Parts: sequence; C-alpha cells; structure tokens
Amino acid sequence: MSTEEQTQVKEGVDQNTVDAVQRLSGKYKYGWETEIEMEYAPKGVGPEIVRLISAKNEEPEWMTKWRLSAFARWEKMEEPDWAMVNYPEIDFQDIYYYARPKSMVEKPKSLEDVDPKLLATYAKLGIPLKEQMILAGVEGAEDLPAEGRKVAVDAVFDSVSVGTTYQKELKKAGVIFCSISEAIREHPELVKKYLGTVVPASDNFYATLNSAVFSDGSFVYVPPGVRCPMELSTYFRINAENTGQFERTLIIADKGSYVSYLEGCTAPKRDTAQLHAAVVEIIIEKDAEVKYSTVQNWYPGDENGKGGIYNFVTKRADCRGDRAKVMWTQVETGSAVTWKYPSCILRGDDSQGEFYSIAIANNMQQADTGTKMVHLGKNTKSRIVSKGISAGKAQNTYRGLVSMHPRAKNSRNYTQCDSLLIGDKCGAHTVPYIEVKNNSSRVEHEATTSKVDDDQLFYCRSRGMDEEEAVALVVNGFCKDVLQALPMEFAMEAQQLVAISLEGSVG
Amino acid sequence: MGRAETLKALRADAAAARLAGLSLPQGAAWANAARQGALALVGAMGLPTKRDEYWKYTDPATLTAGEAPQAALFTPDERPVFDGVDRLRIVFVDGVFDPEMSDDMTGENLEIERLSTAMAKDIHWAKDLYGRLETEGHDPVERPLAALNSAFATDGVVIRATGKVRRPVNVSYLHRAMHSDAILHHVIRVEKGADLTFLENGPAAARLSKVMEVDVADGGAFHHVRTQGRDHERRAVTGSYARLGEGSTYKSFTLTVNGRLTRNETIIHLTGDEAVAHVAGACVGDGKDFHHDDTVFITHDAVACESRQVFKKVLRNGATGVFQGKILVKPGAQKTDGYQISQSLLLDDDSQFLAKPELEIYADDVACSHGSTSGAIDDTALFYLRSRGLPEKQATDLLTLAFLAEALAEIEDERLVDDLRGRLESWLKRHR
Repeated sequence: MSTEEQTQVKEGVDQNTVDAVQRLSGKYKYGWETEIEMEYAPKGVGPEIVRLISAKNEEPEWMTKWRLSAFARWEKMEEPDWAMVNYPEIDFQDIYYYARPKSMVEKPKSLEDVDPKLLATYAKLGIPLKEQMILAGVEGAEDLPAEGRKVAVDAVFDSVSVGTTYQKELKKAGVIFCSISEAIREHPELVKKYLGTVVPASDNFYATLNSAVFSDGSFVYVPPGVRCPMELSTYFRINAENTGQFERTLIIADKGSYVSYLEGCTAPKRDTAQLHAAVVEIIIEKDAEVKYSTVQNWYPGDENGKGGIYNFVTKRADCRGDRAKVMWTQVETGSAVTWKYPSCILRGDDSQGEFYSIAIANNMQQADTGTKMVHLGKNTKSRIVSKGISAGKAQNTYRGLVSMHPRAKNSRNYTQCDSLLIGDKCGAHTVPYIEVKNNSSRVEHEATTSKVDDDQLFYCRSRGMDEEEAVALVVNGFCKDVLQALPMEFAMEAQQLVAISLEGSVG
Repeated sequence: MGRAETLKALRADAAAARLAGLSLPQGAAWANAARQGALALVGAMGLPTKRDEYWKYTDPATLTAGEAPQAALFTPDERPVFDGVDRLRIVFVDGVFDPEMSDDMTGENLEIERLSTAMAKDIHWAKDLYGRLETEGHDPVERPLAALNSAFATDGVVIRATGKVRRPVNVSYLHRAMHSDAILHHVIRVEKGADLTFLENGPAAARLSKVMEVDVADGGAFHHVRTQGRDHERRAVTGSYARLGEGSTYKSFTLTVNGRLTRNETIIHLTGDEAVAHVAGACVGDGKDFHHDDTVFITHDAVACESRQVFKKVLRNGATGVFQGKILVKPGAQKTDGYQISQSLLLDDDSQFLAKPELEIYADDVACSHGSTSGAIDDTALFYLRSRGLPEKQATDLLTLAFLAEALAEIEDERLVDDLRGRLESWLKRHR
C-alpha cells in the first residue's frame, strides 16, 4: 500500500505527525458490510420516486408537494463546478434513492424489537443502541464523574432511522428527539414552521435534490429555557451498494435553550463511489446556544482513488434571536470528495458563530471545505479556525466567506487557516472571500503560525524552548482545546489527532 | 440554457458590441499575425461580464462597451509627478504619441522606439514577445480584455535594456479629450544583468486599456513606479505580464488617486530559480464613484523564488476597494517564499472592501502566508495623538499616512517615496 511506503517529507515535520495522519486516514476500520435483506425503491429518480419516498414515510400531502416542487426545480439546476474537486460525472439515474432493511418495514415498537443484526452493526461501530450510562471501551471513561454521561442516539441505516434512544427521558425535559420522518407525522406544526427556512428548497443543486428525496434524518426541538439534559447524537451508516444517502437534520433551539449535538458517519469499502447529500438546518432563537460536532469518517476510497463516498453537504445555522450562539466543530477524515461549508447566519444582535475544523486528506482524497459567516446583526462575532492537512496525492482546500453587511455595526471576525503538506505530491489551497461593508467592524484573516499568542510564546521561550518548539507547543495546545471540545464518542479518533503538529505550516 | 451556455452567450454579446467599432491596425506580417491571433482568442473567449467569477467584485460593462463613457477633464494644481527626476520622457495624449513633448528616443544601454514603428518592421525582436506573455497568461484564468488589447493596440513603447540604464524611462499619459478611448501596449525586454527603471504617470484618456509585457532575463532587474492620475471620471484596465528568469528581479509600485474605475491586473511567472517579484499598491478613493480593483496572480514555477504582495487602500464616502490576489506554487517549486497582505482602512461607514486572497500550493517545502484586514482608524491611537494636542483631522491624516507607509516602503528610490507621500498628504487634506 502506498501509504505504507516511506513518504518524503520536508525537514521540520516530525515522524509522529506523519504516523498520526497515516493512522487516521491510511486504514479504514469501518469498511465491513452488514449482510441484511434490504428493500429498495427502483433505481433512479423522478416524481414517482419522490412520491414513493413520501408515501413510505407516511407523509401528509403538504410534505409531498414540497418535495415535488423541489424536484421540479432540481431538474432545471446544474451541478456546481466551482469547487477544487474532480470526479467522474455522477449518473443520478444509476442510484437507489431509497433502501431500508426488510425488518424495518414494520416499524419496531421499541428498541428491543429492532433486528438484532442492526443492533449488532451499531455495536460493532462502537455505538450500542442501548440506554446505558456510558459507552464501553471509550478511553478515559473511568475519569468521568460517578453519574456518568448519557448520550441519546438516533441511528440512521441507509434510508431509515432504526431507533432513537432515551426518547422517554428527553420527553420529560420537553425535548423532542426523533427521526425526521417521525417528526413530520407527530409534530407537523414544528416541521412546517421551520423546514426549509434556513436552507431553502432552492438553495443549491445538492440541497434541492435532498429536499426532493431525503428519506430520513434527525429532528431536535428544545423548548424555551431548557438545557438539554444529555448530548444528542446521530450515527449515519451507509450499507447498501449503489445507494445514495440523503438525510435531513432539523434542529430548533428555542429561546434560552441549549443543546449539544454530535454526528458520526461510516460506510463499507466498495469499488464504486457512493453519493451522500445531506442538509442540516439549525434554528437558534434568542439567547439559545447550539453546539454541533461532526466526525466525518465516510469510506475515503482506496489508495488509487477507487470507490469512496462523495460527500456533498449543506449545513447552515441561523442565529435568529439576539445573543444566539452556534459552534460548529468538524473533524473531516473520510470521503473521497468533500464539498461542505457549515455556515452561520448571524441575524440577531450580539449573536456569535464559531467554526473549528480539522480536515485531513490522504491518498487520492479531495476536500473542499470551509465556512460562511454572514454578519447581519449589530455587535456580532465570529471566529474561524481551520487546520488542513494533506498527504499522499490529496488536495485540500479551505473555502470561506466572511461578509459584514452595512447594518452589522461593531462586528468582529477573526479567521485563521493553516495548512500542512506531508509529501510533495499533494496540494493545499486557501480561497477566502472577505466582504466588508461598514467601517465599525473589524475583519482579520491570517494564515501564519507567527501570530500565536505572544504571552504564551514568551512564557515557553523563557523556559528555554526555541521559537519553533514554542510555536508547536502552543498550536498543539490550541488544537487540543478544539479536540477536547468534542464529545466522548469521538474522543478515541480525535485524540490521535493531537499528535499532529503544525510545524512548517503554510497559509 | 445552462449556466455555462448563458455565460458564453453573454460573453459573445459583449465581444460583438466592443469589436463593432474597431479595426485591426496594419503592419509587418508578424505583427498582423500576432493581432489576428489575439483577435481569434477574443472570438473564442468572448469578453467578460459581471457574472464571471474573475469579475465577481468589479463590473466590466463600461470597459467592454462599444463607446467609452465620457470623462470630464481635471486640471491638477500640483507640478507633474517625476518632474524632479532626470528621465527620458515619452508623452501620449489621449493615447496618441506627442513628438513635441517627448524626448529623443536614445539612451545609454537602451533601445527604445514606438510600438507602431516596431510593428511596421519586417524583422524585430519584439516579435517573440508581443502578445506572447499575454497569451500564456490566460491559463488558468481567461483574461480576454488583454487579448483585445493585443489585437487593437494602436501604439506604445518597445524598450530593450542591454545594461544598466541610468536615466529612467518615463511614459506620461495626458488626458485632453472628454471621449478619448486609448489602447496602448508596451513591450519591454531586460537583457541578462541589465537594469531598467520604468515610470508611468497620468490619467491617459476617458478610457484606457493598457498591456505591458516584460521579459526579464537571468540576473536582470526591472523597477516600475506608476501613478494613475487624478481625473475623477476616468476608467482604466491595465495588465502587466512578466516573465522572470533566474536570479532576476521585478519590483512594481502603483499609486492610484481618484478614478471612477481602475482595474490593475498583474500576472507574474517566476520561471528561473531565485527570482524575486514584489508588487505593491496604495490607493486613496473618495465617493461612491470610486472603484479600485487590484488583481494579482503570481505563479512560482522554479525553486527558491520570492514573491511579495503589499496592497493598501484608504476608502471614504462610499468608495469601493477590491483585492484579488493569488499565489500559485507549482509542483516542484520548493523553497518558495510567498507573502501577501491586503488591507483597507475605511474612513466611514459607507465604504466597502471586498477581497479574495488565494493560495494554491502543490509543493511542501514552502513558506507562504497571507493576511487581510479591514477596519476603521484605531480609536486608541487617535486618542493618543489628540491628547498630544493634534486636532482630530490632522491626527486622522497622520494615522492614514502611517497605514499607507508599508506599501510606499516598497519603492526603492527615496526621492520618489517623499514625492508620493507629499501628494498623498495633500490629497488627504483636500478630502477631509
């Protein structure tokens, strides 16, 4: 395997970094397949498939109409080509848009009734669908306080949600956490009010396709003043071959509420590429706060670029009320092609958006990812920290927008993107757009390692470190902070990232 | 119709409108062939529209219109820039060569003549350069306005420096007619180890299209200082295309004051090891009618080259500043040192700064960095100066000049720095 070969790296990049990157992206642990009987909709997409998906989910008519109008729009749209990614043309008629395990045709009444094969699949992925105190085998679990940590999980397998844990306990707190198909049936007023208000059905090619054919996903509603008693998480698994996964997530944090949401994803190793086009919409009302963390670990394809997931995702958070807060944290290690820009609309005054990203691309992977910070309200703040690491023949692009509208007085943005290249066959690119339309706001974009906190540097140097060592330590320390902000589920994968240093990094 | 086809149709329409009133100048066979080639490129590419990503922040409509919009004349109350410098002066009035005001075209280590003269000669060294660097500059981004220039340029200067040229060459562009539409093209070759300073000044015309192709051979040095004149309504699109050989140097500074629309493109190809390219610019703009765009594309295609971009903009009363900069490091261009900074100082709430500072890197042993900031005058600094007895306006001017200083510092000739700083100071006083 080419990743095993000794990679030529430049001076100053230590072997631990190289090893850590290869460990993370060189071998894919989740490439096995679950053998399970599946039910498919016919291949391809058309109004009849859209109707079929809607019918399978037992949706009301308004939802079917909404999907159909999105589909009509999608047919007139063109695939975007501006990202720095290359892949063979996708035949949208050669994909299954709906696949569910046969055992899910009759909806299981409770988790106990779920097909043991499905439960075993998730157990093997380290996500047991049991209402237990703590996930076994997670490093550091013993350090947790005695009462442990609870995490509610919604597990999505190909096109359907197979189960959601802790629903009862969450209900007690008033939190609704269920699959989106269930929400459309049980809470139509909420879905109707919010669906498509952050990412409109006409937003972009993939989001529009998703609006037409999304099959499942998660729904979260946190009522006013409620601090969600546990972390919520969704685990996506693509299993069936030639299937596209189109999930839709809708999170609503009502006034003064708080929720932390995690997302993980894996897929089996296959020779053919598979499409994943998700939409995530987050609505954050006055004084509410949402943390959204992702460890994206879709199958990246083999070292020659065969197979892998095309990950074309639209994620956007709308800080509607004053003092609303959102934080995106993402660790992107998988997917053959990534096209993803989690964004923040800072509409409310004093609202705040943060984006922390670590993107690792190895072998033939291509990642074009970043964020958009749209400042509309007064005194809004945003911070972007992006670390891109390329190895093998991978291409890694940061693409971002910071926009200060004329009304967004006294706003503030700070952006830092660092890239590290390991080996001389890969590429690292930065494409930031900066649009400033008032003068009371300050926007800073930088991409140098020399701007780490001077006090910290001074302290390290006074302890006898040379400049480079000091910078490395401070940058690593910073990375660690971001990674530790990630919840336990992701800790094992994420901890390995800490070993990565950013010496000799480029903008 | 798909997006790509729509764009293509729009570009073709723009080209048809612009080409209608133009005819190809005639010259020697090689010159005609070069013009035909450039025209074919325009035909294939069309002309840009505001829907082009490359023109995202600047609307090229008035640059591609069939007729140049009129521009009122402006009589400056200052003595012309560079007047204090011993130089060889060449004057174009509304794009037309003026023999009366121009000096004799002779100089030590210098071959210089008009483009129209050179292009009438059957054998000329400019054959290998005219339109060539411009054509190479269309990859990876098409720049059809430059191709249009190569096809229809009526005049310009052709310079060959064979050694150290003591007297700088100064091209002055005067603007006398309200509707003038000038298309000028310069070809410059700096031979091995030669050294040339090239000065440009003046508003040129109601609308100017200018391309400059500069080939700097191994160890050569090219110094460029330019001021773009004060006429408020003038429009200009300029393209500087340079190819740098081993150990050569290209240093350029542009000062832009006023002007309704200015788009300055700089495309530099570092082809020899250890070549150095510095590109800097300062601009001051007042009012909604001011739009200034610096677009820079630097390609590192050799080992241990250095590039530096420093751009500063002071904007007020609804003025718009644009910066699009890119450092492309090709595979194998190891030991690259690339630096890019773009900053704007917004003196009031209506002005805007739009930037797209890009890096595209395919080599691992490089140090590339870029920074971009935008903001108002620092209140603390202002307070300090006022506490020392400076009136607010004077303090603001002082801080504004300090902000521009980093770009001015890129000019090596200190006399020029002082002169330009003085002009900026008086502009700020007038535009308080």
